[in-house]
Amino acid sequence: MLTPGFADPVLHAQAAFRAVLDAMSRPGRVQLAGPGLAPPAPLMRASAAVLLSLADAATPVWHDAGADADAWLRFHAGAPVATTPRDAAFVLATGAPPTLAALDAGTEEEPERGATLLIQVEAIEEGTGLRLTGPGIEHEHRLLVRGLPDGFVAAWAANRALFPRGVDVILCAWDRLAALPRTVAIAEG
Amino acid sequence: MDTAHTEQRRHWMAVLARASGEDIAGRLATLPPLPPHTPLRPAETGLVMVRGRAGGDGAAFNLGEMTVTRCAVRLGERVGHAYVAGRDKRQAELAALLDAALQDPAWHDALMGGVVVPLAAGQAARRDAEARRAAATKVEFLAMQTTR
Repeated sequence: MLTPGFADPVLHAQAAFRAVLDAMSRPGRVQLAGPGLAPPAPLMRASAAVLLSLADAATPVWHDAGADADAWLRFHAGAPVATTPRDAAFVLATGAPPTLAALDAGTEEEPERGATLLIQVEAIEEGTGLRLTGPGIEHEHRLLVRGLPDGFVAAWAANRALFPRGVDVILCAWDRLAALPRTVAIAEG
Repeated sequence: MDTAHTEQRRHWMAVLARASGEDIAGRLATLPPLPPHTPLRPAETGLVMVRGRAGGDGAAFNLGEMTVTRCAVRLGERVGHAYVAGRDKRQAELAALLDAALQDPAWHDALMGGVVVPLAAGQAARRDAEARRAAATKVEFLAMQTTR
């Protein structure tokens, strides 16, 4: 059964866009997105808000969230659903995500075509956990992620070696999100 | 959904898309109030590209842009949609609400009799009057053919 999307499509999409912009420019900082949104399970508010703001008819979306979420995304975002993760501009993983190497990393001429992977995790918290360094971080930023897939840090190192190609990741936990743009280096704490 | 049902729905959606918001509201006022609904997509106005094709085998071309207002609401389990020409948001909201209610067997007959059929009759009468006015100015080119 379809549920409403953004109550005010313009203002709420702008607010969610701002949250993603802040998250991407300050990797690992937690932002809030999608207050008041009621997406169908298993979509979380933050990941739903990101897709409503960024996905449209020109960006195929791949997801593993089931039929209700599929109908909801098609209706509200108007985005085509990709059959494989490699064809998608946005990949939403509610369960075990596809490996980073299985996603579109863009080309040397057009690295901006690289996919954005949204991973729904149990919790994200600043202060402890992974050590993040890179552009947008003065010295080091620490981010604790509960529910990160196994082997993510190693796969991330391989993804970062592709620069300027690569995949960007947005971690979503309920209405909180933190971004890992392809420039950030991750070391386990 | 079977073909007959699709045809019926197409008919009432077409009638509602051609009626003004005031006319629909006027007809609805005579009926008991509809149950509360949830807006899924608030009425929004935008442009759609109208595409044309010359002949059966011509390539499609862009004819021009057209202002369209669309709306979607949920009434219980049923979802109603409306795409109407112009920027009348009230018309789009009422048309979407009625589309949802008309799919409900409990409401269908009352709304068809009270809203859709009278609106369709009014539209047919206007179209007929227009056709008569145009037909009165028709020129027969018979004379030119015989003198050639």
